[in-house]
Amino acid sequence: MAMKRKHKRLTFLIIALGLVGVATGLVLFALGDGVSLFHSPSDIVAKTPSPEQRLRLGGLVEEGTVQRAEGSAVVKFSVTDGANAVQVSYEGLLPDLFREGQGIVAEGRYVDGVFQASEVLAKHDENYMPPEVADALKKSGHWQDGAEKTADAPPSAPPAPATVPQAVQPQQGAVN
Amino acid sequence: MAEFFSMGGYGAYVWPSYGLAAAIMIALLVSSLRGLKATEARFERLKAETRPVRTGSNNEESPDGDEA
Amino acid sequence: MHRFANPTRFLRIAAVVQPWVAWITVTLFAVGLYMAFFTAPADYQQGESVRIMYVHVPAAWMGMFCYAAMAVASAVALVWKHPLADVAAKASAPTGAAFTFLALATGSLWGKPMWGTWWVWDARLTSMLILFFLYIGYMALQGAFDDRARGAKASAVLALVGAVNLPIIKFSVDWWNTLHQPSSVIKMGGPSIHPSMLWPLLILAVAFKGYYVWVLLVRIRQELTANKVRILQLRQVHGG
Repeated sequence: MAMKRKHKRLTFLIIALGLVGVATGLVLFALGDGVSLFHSPSDIVAKTPSPEQRLRLGGLVEEGTVQRAEGSAVVKFSVTDGANAVQVSYEGLLPDLFREGQGIVAEGRYVDGVFQASEVLAKHDENYMPPEVADALKKSGHWQDGAEKTADAPPSAPPAPATVPQAVQPQQGAVN
Repeated sequence: MAEFFSMGGYGAYVWPSYGLAAAIMIALLVSSLRGLKATEARFERLKAETRPVRTGSNNEESPDGDEA
Repeated sequence: MHRFANPTRFLRIAAVVQPWVAWITVTLFAVGLYMAFFTAPADYQQGESVRIMYVHVPAAWMGMFCYAAMAVASAVALVWKHPLADVAAKASAPTGAAFTFLALATGSLWGKPMWGTWWVWDARLTSMLILFFLYIGYMALQGAFDDRARGAKASAVLALVGAVNLPIIKFSVDWWNTLHQPSSVIKMGGPSIHPSMLWPLLILAVAFKGYYVWVLLVRIRQELTANKVRILQLRQVHGG
Protein backbone atom coordinates (compact mmCIF):
# COMPACT_ATOMS: atom_id res chain seq x y z
CA MET A 1 0.00 0.00 0.00
CA ALA A 2 2.64 2.48 1.08
CA MET A 3 4.70 1.79 -2.04
CA LYS A 4 1.67 2.35 -4.24
CA ARG A 5 0.95 5.70 -2.62
CA LYS A 6 4.55 6.77 -3.12
CA HIS A 7 4.42 5.82 -6.79
CA LYS A 8 1.23 7.76 -7.23
CA ARG A 9 2.70 10.84 -5.58
CA LEU A 10 5.87 10.57 -7.67
CA THR A 11 3.95 10.19 -10.93
CA PHE A 12 1.72 13.13 -10.03
CA LEU A 13 4.72 15.28 -9.15
CA ILE A 14 6.57 14.47 -12.38
CA ILE A 15 3.52 15.20 -14.52
CA ALA A 16 2.75 18.43 -12.67
CA LEU A 17 6.34 19.65 -12.94
CA GLY A 18 6.45 18.67 -16.61
CA LEU A 19 3.36 20.79 -17.23
CA VAL A 20 4.81 23.74 -15.32
CA GLY A 21 7.99 23.44 -17.38
CA VAL A 22 6.11 23.29 -20.68
CA ALA A 23 3.88 26.22 -19.69
CA THR A 24 6.89 28.33 -18.73
CA GLY A 25 8.63 27.40 -21.96
CA LEU A 26 5.59 28.44 -24.00
CA VAL A 27 5.29 31.76 -22.17
CA LEU A 28 8.98 32.53 -22.70
CA PHE A 29 8.72 31.50 -26.34
CA ALA A 30 5.69 33.76 -26.80
CA LEU A 31 7.52 36.65 -25.15
CA GLY A 32 10.43 35.96 -27.47
CA ASP A 33 12.42 39.06 -28.24
CA GLY A 34 10.34 41.02 -25.75
CA VAL A 35 12.59 39.57 -23.05
CA SER A 36 15.70 40.86 -24.80
CA LEU A 37 17.12 44.06 -23.44
CA PHE A 38 18.14 45.64 -26.72
CA HIS A 39 17.90 45.55 -30.52
CA SER A 40 20.84 44.95 -32.80
CA PRO A 41 21.83 47.55 -35.43
CA SER A 42 20.58 45.16 -38.17
CA ASP A 43 17.24 45.03 -36.38
CA ILE A 44 16.96 48.80 -36.29
CA VAL A 45 18.07 49.28 -39.89
CA ALA A 46 15.51 46.69 -41.03
CA LYS A 47 12.56 47.92 -38.98
CA THR A 48 13.24 51.68 -38.82
CA PRO A 49 11.32 52.33 -35.57
CA SER A 50 9.28 55.52 -35.32
CA PRO A 51 11.02 58.56 -33.79
CA GLU A 52 8.58 58.52 -30.84
CA GLN A 53 9.47 55.01 -29.76
CA ARG A 54 12.00 54.67 -26.94
CA LEU A 55 14.18 51.64 -27.43
CA ARG A 56 17.59 50.20 -26.68
CA LEU A 57 20.33 49.58 -29.19
CA GLY A 58 23.18 47.19 -28.46
CA GLY A 59 26.40 46.34 -30.27
CA LEU A 60 30.09 47.05 -30.50
CA VAL A 61 31.49 50.57 -30.75
CA GLU A 62 33.10 50.63 -34.17
CA GLU A 63 36.85 51.31 -34.09
CA GLY A 64 37.86 54.79 -35.10
CA THR A 65 34.36 56.26 -35.12
CA VAL A 66 34.29 57.94 -31.69
CA GLN A 67 34.20 61.73 -32.11
CA ARG A 68 33.98 64.21 -29.30
CA ALA A 69 32.85 67.71 -30.22
CA GLU A 70 35.12 70.52 -28.97
CA GLY A 71 33.75 72.37 -25.96
CA SER A 72 30.69 70.18 -25.48
CA ALA A 73 29.86 66.81 -23.93
CA VAL A 74 28.39 65.44 -27.15
CA VAL A 75 29.92 62.17 -28.29
CA LYS A 76 29.22 60.59 -31.65
CA PHE A 77 30.11 57.03 -32.59
CA SER A 78 28.76 54.18 -34.61
CA VAL A 79 27.54 50.87 -33.21
CA THR A 80 27.91 47.73 -35.25
CA ASP A 81 26.94 44.07 -35.10
CA GLY A 82 29.26 43.12 -37.92
CA ALA A 83 26.58 43.34 -40.62
CA ASN A 84 25.08 46.79 -40.09
CA ALA A 85 26.04 49.93 -38.21
CA VAL A 86 23.96 52.70 -36.64
CA GLN A 87 25.16 56.23 -35.88
CA VAL A 88 24.73 57.22 -32.23
CA SER A 89 24.75 60.68 -30.74
CA TYR A 90 24.96 61.07 -26.97
CA GLU A 91 25.47 63.91 -24.53
CA GLY A 92 26.64 63.04 -21.06
CA LEU A 93 29.04 60.99 -18.99
CA LEU A 94 30.17 57.66 -20.39
CA PRO A 95 30.83 54.64 -18.16
CA ASP A 96 34.45 53.65 -17.45
CA LEU A 97 34.30 50.63 -19.73
CA PHE A 98 33.22 52.65 -22.77
CA ARG A 99 35.90 52.35 -25.43
CA GLU A 100 36.26 51.47 -29.07
CA GLY A 101 35.66 47.83 -29.80
CA GLN A 102 33.69 47.33 -26.57
CA GLY A 103 30.02 46.41 -26.37
CA ILE A 104 27.50 49.06 -25.34
CA VAL A 105 23.76 49.34 -24.82
CA ALA A 106 22.25 52.75 -25.60
CA GLU A 107 18.73 53.87 -24.76
CA GLY A 108 17.02 56.52 -26.81
CA ARG A 109 15.16 57.26 -30.05
CA TYR A 110 15.99 56.59 -33.68
CA VAL A 111 15.50 59.90 -35.43
CA ASP A 112 16.35 60.46 -39.11
CA GLY A 113 18.88 57.67 -39.25
CA VAL A 114 20.70 58.71 -36.08
CA PHE A 115 20.17 57.09 -32.70
CA GLN A 116 19.72 59.90 -30.17
CA ALA A 117 20.81 58.25 -26.93
CA SER A 118 19.82 59.53 -23.51
CA GLU A 119 21.75 56.83 -21.68
CA VAL A 120 24.77 54.73 -22.64
CA LEU A 121 25.69 51.61 -20.68
CA ALA A 122 28.84 49.58 -21.24
CA LYS A 123 28.62 45.86 -21.74
CA HIS A 124 31.69 43.86 -20.92
CA ASP A 125 32.68 40.54 -22.38
CA GLU A 126 33.23 37.29 -20.54
CA ASN A 127 37.03 37.44 -20.75
CA TYR A 128 39.06 38.20 -17.66
CA MET A 129 42.85 38.43 -17.69
CA PRO A 130 45.74 40.53 -16.40
CA PRO A 131 46.80 43.47 -18.62
CA GLU A 132 50.20 41.86 -19.40
CA VAL A 133 48.46 38.78 -20.79
CA ALA A 134 46.17 40.92 -22.92
CA ASP A 135 49.20 42.79 -24.27
CA ALA A 136 51.03 39.54 -24.98
CA LEU A 137 48.03 38.15 -26.82
CA LYS A 138 47.74 41.32 -28.90
CA LYS A 139 51.45 41.24 -29.76
CA SER A 140 51.37 37.60 -30.78
CA GLY A 141 48.40 38.21 -33.02
CA HIS A 142 46.09 35.88 -31.10
CA TRP A 143 43.87 38.67 -29.97
CA GLN A 144 40.19 38.41 -30.76
CA ASP A 145 38.25 41.33 -29.44
CA GLY A 146 34.52 41.19 -29.54
CA ALA A 147 32.40 38.08 -29.20
CA GLU A 148 31.26 38.38 -32.81
CA LYS A 149 34.56 37.18 -34.20
CA THR A 150 34.70 34.08 -32.06
CA ALA A 151 32.48 31.93 -34.22
CA ASP A 152 34.81 31.80 -37.21
CA ALA A 153 38.01 31.55 -35.19
CA PRO A 154 39.95 28.43 -36.16
CA PRO A 155 39.55 25.70 -33.55
CA SER A 156 43.26 24.96 -33.45
CA ALA A 157 45.21 28.20 -33.27
CA PRO A 158 48.86 27.94 -34.34
CA PRO A 159 51.26 27.69 -31.39
CA ALA A 160 52.00 31.03 -29.80
CA PRO A 161 55.51 32.47 -30.16
CA ALA A 162 57.92 32.16 -27.25
CA THR A 163 57.26 35.71 -26.09
CA VAL A 164 53.85 34.69 -24.73
CA PRO A 165 54.03 33.65 -21.06
CA GLN A 166 53.55 29.96 -20.39
CA ALA A 167 50.42 30.60 -18.39
CA VAL A 168 48.68 31.86 -21.48
CA GLN A 169 49.08 28.68 -23.46
CA PRO A 170 46.15 26.70 -22.06
CA GLN A 171 44.09 29.84 -22.34
CA GLN A 172 44.37 30.08 -26.10
CA GLY A 173 41.28 28.06 -26.72
CA ALA A 174 39.40 29.68 -23.89
CA VAL A 175 39.97 33.23 -25.02
CA ASN A 176 38.22 32.48 -28.28
CA MET B 1 48.72 51.00 1.76
CA ALA B 2 46.47 53.87 0.75
CA GLU B 3 46.86 52.66 -2.79
CA PHE B 4 45.61 49.23 -1.77
CA PHE B 5 42.52 50.68 -0.13
CA SER B 6 41.72 52.98 -3.03
CA MET B 7 41.48 49.91 -5.32
CA GLY B 8 42.42 51.95 -8.36
CA GLY B 9 39.59 54.36 -7.63
CA TYR B 10 37.02 51.60 -7.20
CA GLY B 11 37.38 51.32 -3.42
CA ALA B 12 33.92 52.81 -2.94
CA TYR B 13 32.49 49.78 -4.76
CA VAL B 14 34.90 46.99 -3.84
CA TRP B 15 34.95 47.47 -0.05
CA PRO B 16 31.19 47.79 0.45
CA SER B 17 30.82 44.54 -1.53
CA TYR B 18 33.12 42.67 0.82
CA GLY B 19 31.78 44.47 3.89
CA LEU B 20 28.20 43.59 3.04
CA ALA B 21 29.12 39.95 2.33
CA ALA B 22 30.97 39.66 5.64
CA ALA B 23 28.17 41.36 7.60
CA ILE B 24 25.38 39.22 6.15
CA MET B 25 27.25 35.92 6.33
CA ILE B 26 28.49 36.46 9.88
CA ALA B 27 25.05 37.62 11.01
CA LEU B 28 23.34 34.54 9.55
CA LEU B 29 25.93 32.19 11.06
CA VAL B 30 25.80 33.78 14.50
CA SER B 31 22.00 33.85 14.60
CA SER B 32 21.87 30.18 13.50
CA LEU B 33 24.37 29.16 16.19
CA ARG B 34 22.49 31.17 18.83
CA GLY B 35 19.21 29.58 17.78
CA LEU B 36 20.72 26.13 18.17
CA LYS B 37 22.17 26.93 21.61
CA ALA B 38 18.85 28.39 22.81
CA THR B 39 16.81 25.43 21.55
CA GLU B 40 19.24 22.92 23.06
CA ALA B 41 19.08 24.70 26.42
CA ARG B 42 15.30 24.69 26.24
CA PHE B 43 15.27 20.97 25.49
CA GLU B 44 17.55 20.16 28.42
CA ARG B 45 15.38 22.24 30.76
CA LEU B 46 12.19 20.52 29.58
CA LYS B 47 13.81 17.10 29.81
CA ALA B 48 14.84 17.79 33.41
CA GLU B 49 11.27 18.84 34.23
CA THR B 50 9.75 15.79 32.55
CA ARG B 51 12.09 13.11 33.88
CA PRO B 52 10.73 12.81 37.45
CA VAL B 53 7.25 12.13 36.10
CA ARG B 54 8.17 9.62 33.45
CA THR B 55 10.89 7.39 34.77
CA GLY B 56 12.56 5.25 32.18
CA SER B 57 11.06 7.18 29.32
CA ASN B 58 12.74 6.68 25.95
CA ASN B 59 11.99 10.08 24.50
CA GLU B 60 15.56 10.24 23.14
CA GLU B 61 14.66 7.82 20.39
CA SER B 62 13.27 8.85 17.06
CA PRO B 63 10.21 10.94 17.78
CA ASP B 64 9.29 11.09 14.11
CA GLY B 65 7.41 8.13 12.83
CA ASP B 66 8.84 6.46 9.75
CA GLU B 67 6.33 5.68 7.10
CA ALA B 68 7.93 2.68 5.47
CA MET C 1 18.39 5.91 3.35
CA HIS C 2 16.31 5.49 6.41
CA ARG C 3 19.37 4.72 8.47
CA PHE C 4 20.19 8.45 8.32
CA ALA C 5 16.56 9.34 8.64
CA ASN C 6 16.74 8.66 12.32
CA PRO C 7 17.01 12.20 13.70
CA THR C 8 18.84 11.11 16.83
CA ARG C 9 21.57 9.44 14.81
CA PHE C 10 21.73 12.46 12.50
CA LEU C 11 22.12 14.79 15.49
CA ARG C 12 25.03 12.72 16.77
CA ILE C 13 26.81 12.65 13.40
CA ALA C 14 26.15 16.34 12.69
CA ALA C 15 27.64 17.39 16.02
CA VAL C 16 30.87 15.56 15.16
CA VAL C 17 31.08 16.75 11.53
CA GLN C 18 30.25 20.40 12.18
CA PRO C 19 33.60 21.57 13.67
CA TRP C 20 35.46 19.98 10.76
CA VAL C 21 33.26 21.75 8.25
CA ALA C 22 33.77 24.99 10.17
CA TRP C 23 37.58 24.75 10.10
CA ILE C 24 37.72 23.78 6.44
CA THR C 25 35.43 26.69 5.58
CA VAL C 26 37.44 29.24 7.57
CA THR C 27 40.71 28.02 6.03
CA LEU C 28 39.31 28.17 2.50
CA PHE C 29 38.04 31.71 3.11
CA ALA C 30 41.46 32.77 4.43
CA VAL C 31 43.30 31.32 1.43
CA GLY C 32 40.71 32.48 -1.11
CA LEU C 33 40.53 36.04 0.20
CA TYR C 34 44.31 36.31 0.37
CA MET C 35 44.55 35.25 -3.26
CA ALA C 36 41.66 37.49 -4.30
CA PHE C 37 43.41 40.58 -2.91
CA PHE C 38 47.13 39.83 -3.14
CA THR C 39 47.88 37.31 -5.89
CA ALA C 40 45.03 37.94 -8.35
CA PRO C 41 45.87 40.72 -10.82
CA ALA C 42 43.72 43.63 -11.89
CA ASP C 43 41.71 42.99 -15.05
CA TYR C 44 42.90 44.40 -18.40
CA GLN C 45 39.53 46.11 -18.89
CA GLN C 46 37.94 46.47 -15.48
CA GLY C 47 41.01 47.21 -13.37
CA GLU C 48 40.71 46.63 -9.64
CA SER C 49 36.90 46.58 -9.73
CA VAL C 50 37.18 42.98 -10.96
CA ARG C 51 37.80 41.94 -7.34
CA ILE C 52 34.08 42.27 -6.72
CA MET C 53 33.81 39.12 -8.86
CA TYR C 54 35.24 37.00 -6.03
CA VAL C 55 32.19 37.61 -3.86
CA HIS C 56 29.62 38.23 -6.57
CA VAL C 57 30.10 35.03 -8.58
CA PRO C 58 30.29 32.53 -5.67
CA ALA C 59 27.26 34.22 -4.09
CA ALA C 60 25.28 33.91 -7.33
CA TRP C 61 26.30 30.28 -7.85
CA MET C 62 25.41 29.36 -4.30
CA GLY C 63 22.13 31.27 -4.46
CA MET C 64 21.17 28.90 -7.28
CA PHE C 65 22.77 25.84 -5.68
CA CYS C 66 20.85 26.33 -2.42
CA TYR C 67 17.62 26.62 -4.37
CA ALA C 68 18.37 23.40 -6.26
CA ALA C 69 19.13 21.65 -2.96
CA MET C 70 15.90 23.03 -1.50
CA ALA C 71 13.87 21.83 -4.49
CA VAL C 72 15.37 18.33 -4.40
CA ALA C 73 14.79 18.06 -0.65
CA SER C 74 11.21 19.29 -1.14
CA ALA C 75 10.59 16.61 -3.78
CA VAL C 76 11.93 13.91 -1.45
CA ALA C 77 9.75 15.29 1.34
CA LEU C 78 6.62 15.33 -0.82
CA VAL C 79 7.05 11.91 -2.41
CA TRP C 80 8.86 9.79 0.18
CA LYS C 81 7.87 11.71 3.34
CA HIS C 82 11.47 11.47 4.43
CA PRO C 83 11.61 12.96 7.94
CA LEU C 84 14.86 14.86 7.33
CA ALA C 85 14.04 16.16 3.86
CA ASP C 86 11.55 18.80 5.02
CA VAL C 87 13.99 19.96 7.67
CA ALA C 88 16.87 20.15 5.19
CA ALA C 89 14.79 22.13 2.68
CA LYS C 90 13.67 24.57 5.35
CA ALA C 91 17.24 24.95 6.66
CA SER C 92 18.58 25.79 3.17
CA ALA C 93 16.27 28.72 2.51
CA PRO C 94 17.80 31.49 4.67
CA THR C 95 21.33 30.81 3.37
CA GLY C 96 20.11 30.73 -0.21
CA ALA C 97 18.20 33.97 0.25
CA ALA C 98 21.27 35.61 1.83
CA PHE C 99 23.51 34.50 -1.07
CA THR C 100 21.00 35.66 -3.68
CA PHE C 101 20.67 39.03 -1.98
CA LEU C 102 24.47 39.32 -1.88
CA ALA C 103 24.72 38.46 -5.57
CA LEU C 104 22.18 41.19 -6.40
CA ALA C 105 23.79 43.78 -4.11
CA THR C 106 27.39 43.15 -5.15
CA GLY C 107 26.28 42.97 -8.78
CA SER C 108 24.77 46.40 -8.36
CA LEU C 109 27.98 47.71 -6.78
CA TRP C 110 29.93 46.25 -9.69
CA GLY C 111 27.48 47.41 -12.35
CA LYS C 112 27.57 51.07 -11.34
CA PRO C 113 31.24 51.72 -12.18
CA MET C 114 31.49 49.23 -15.07
CA TRP C 115 28.17 49.33 -16.88
CA GLY C 116 27.16 52.78 -15.73
CA THR C 117 24.01 51.70 -13.91
CA TRP C 118 23.03 50.12 -10.58
CA TRP C 119 20.26 48.11 -12.15
CA VAL C 120 18.78 47.21 -15.49
CA TRP C 121 15.76 45.01 -16.20
CA ASP C 122 17.57 42.50 -18.36
CA ALA C 123 16.75 38.79 -18.30
CA ARG C 124 19.64 37.76 -16.03
CA LEU C 125 19.10 40.41 -13.36
CA THR C 126 15.33 40.04 -13.41
CA SER C 127 15.40 36.24 -13.12
CA MET C 128 17.86 36.54 -10.23
CA LEU C 129 15.50 38.98 -8.48
CA ILE C 130 12.69 36.47 -9.00
CA LEU C 131 14.88 33.84 -7.32
CA PHE C 132 15.20 36.11 -4.30
CA PHE C 133 11.41 36.59 -4.18
CA LEU C 134 10.94 32.81 -4.42
CA TYR C 135 13.06 32.39 -1.30
CA ILE C 136 11.07 35.07 0.52
CA GLY C 137 7.80 33.47 -0.59
CA TYR C 138 9.01 30.04 0.51
CA MET C 139 9.90 31.26 3.98
CA ALA C 140 6.70 33.29 4.33
CA LEU C 141 4.51 30.39 3.23
CA GLN C 142 6.01 28.14 5.86
CA GLY C 143 4.84 30.39 8.65
CA ALA C 144 1.48 31.16 7.07
CA PHE C 145 -0.27 27.98 8.23
CA ASP C 146 -1.27 27.07 11.78
CA ASP C 147 -0.78 23.45 10.81
CA ARG C 148 2.98 22.97 10.40
CA ALA C 149 2.57 19.99 8.08
CA ARG C 150 0.40 21.98 5.69
CA GLY C 151 2.83 24.88 5.70
CA ALA C 152 5.67 22.49 4.88
CA LYS C 153 3.68 20.93 2.05
CA ALA C 154 2.63 24.24 0.50
CA SER C 155 6.15 25.64 0.62
CA ALA C 156 7.58 22.42 -0.83
CA VAL C 157 5.25 22.78 -3.83
CA LEU C 158 6.36 26.40 -4.27
CA ALA C 159 10.02 25.35 -4.10
CA LEU C 160 9.46 22.78 -6.84
CA VAL C 161 7.47 25.03 -9.14
CA GLY C 162 10.03 27.82 -8.69
CA ALA C 163 12.81 25.48 -9.80
CA VAL C 164 11.93 26.25 -13.45
CA ASN C 165 13.59 29.60 -12.79
CA LEU C 166 17.02 27.96 -12.38
CA PRO C 167 17.61 27.04 -16.04
CA ILE C 168 16.17 30.43 -17.00
CA ILE C 169 18.79 32.20 -14.88
CA LYS C 170 21.60 30.04 -16.20
CA PHE C 171 20.72 30.38 -19.89
CA SER C 172 19.19 33.88 -19.84
CA VAL C 173 22.47 35.34 -21.10
CA ASP C 174 22.47 32.94 -24.07
CA TRP C 175 18.80 33.03 -24.97
CA TRP C 176 18.28 36.78 -24.94
CA ASN C 177 20.20 40.02 -25.33
CA THR C 178 21.26 41.08 -21.87
CA LEU C 179 23.53 43.71 -20.38
CA HIS C 180 25.04 40.98 -18.24
CA GLN C 181 27.86 39.20 -20.06
CA PRO C 182 27.72 35.46 -20.88
CA SER C 183 29.21 32.81 -18.61
CA SER C 184 32.98 32.82 -18.17
CA VAL C 185 33.58 29.65 -16.19
CA ILE C 186 30.94 27.04 -16.95
CA LYS C 187 30.73 27.12 -20.72
CA MET C 188 31.68 25.26 -23.86
CA GLY C 189 35.36 25.37 -24.64
CA GLY C 190 36.51 25.96 -21.07
CA PRO C 191 36.69 29.03 -18.88
CA SER C 192 37.68 32.39 -20.34
CA ILE C 193 39.24 33.57 -17.12
CA HIS C 194 42.97 33.65 -16.66
CA PRO C 195 44.12 30.96 -14.16
CA SER C 196 45.47 33.63 -11.80
CA MET C 197 41.89 34.86 -11.42
CA LEU C 198 40.12 31.53 -11.80
CA TRP C 199 41.85 29.89 -8.83
CA PRO C 200 40.80 32.37 -6.13
CA LEU C 201 37.31 32.31 -7.64
CA LEU C 202 37.06 28.52 -7.41
CA ILE C 203 38.55 28.40 -3.90
CA LEU C 204 36.08 31.01 -2.68
CA ALA C 205 33.25 29.14 -4.39
CA VAL C 206 34.17 26.04 -2.37
CA ALA C 207 34.45 28.20 0.75
CA PHE C 208 30.91 29.49 0.14
CA LYS C 209 29.75 25.91 -0.25
CA GLY C 210 31.44 25.00 3.04
CA TYR C 211 29.68 27.92 4.69
CA TYR C 212 26.36 26.64 3.36
CA VAL C 213 27.00 23.14 4.77
CA TRP C 214 28.07 24.64 8.09
CA VAL C 215 24.93 26.76 8.46
CA LEU C 216 22.82 23.88 7.12
CA LEU C 217 24.08 21.52 9.84
CA VAL C 218 23.49 24.10 12.55
CA ARG C 219 19.97 24.86 11.34
CA ILE C 220 19.02 21.19 10.89
CA ARG C 221 20.24 20.47 14.43
CA GLN C 222 18.23 23.42 15.70
CA GLU C 223 15.13 22.28 13.84
CA LEU C 224 15.38 18.68 15.05
CA THR C 225 15.93 19.80 18.63
CA ALA C 226 12.90 22.08 18.32
CA ASN C 227 10.87 19.05 17.23
CA LYS C 228 11.97 17.21 20.36
CA VAL C 229 11.00 20.24 22.45
CA ARG C 230 7.51 20.22 20.90
CA ILE C 231 7.09 16.52 21.67
CA LEU C 232 8.11 17.07 25.29
CA GLN C 233 5.71 19.99 25.58
CA LEU C 234 2.86 17.86 24.22
CA ARG C 235 3.64 15.19 26.78
CA GLN C 236 3.61 17.76 29.55
CA VAL C 237 0.28 19.18 28.44
CA HIS C 238 -1.33 15.78 28.10
CA GLY C 239 0.05 14.72 31.50
CA GLY C 240 2.99 12.36 31.06
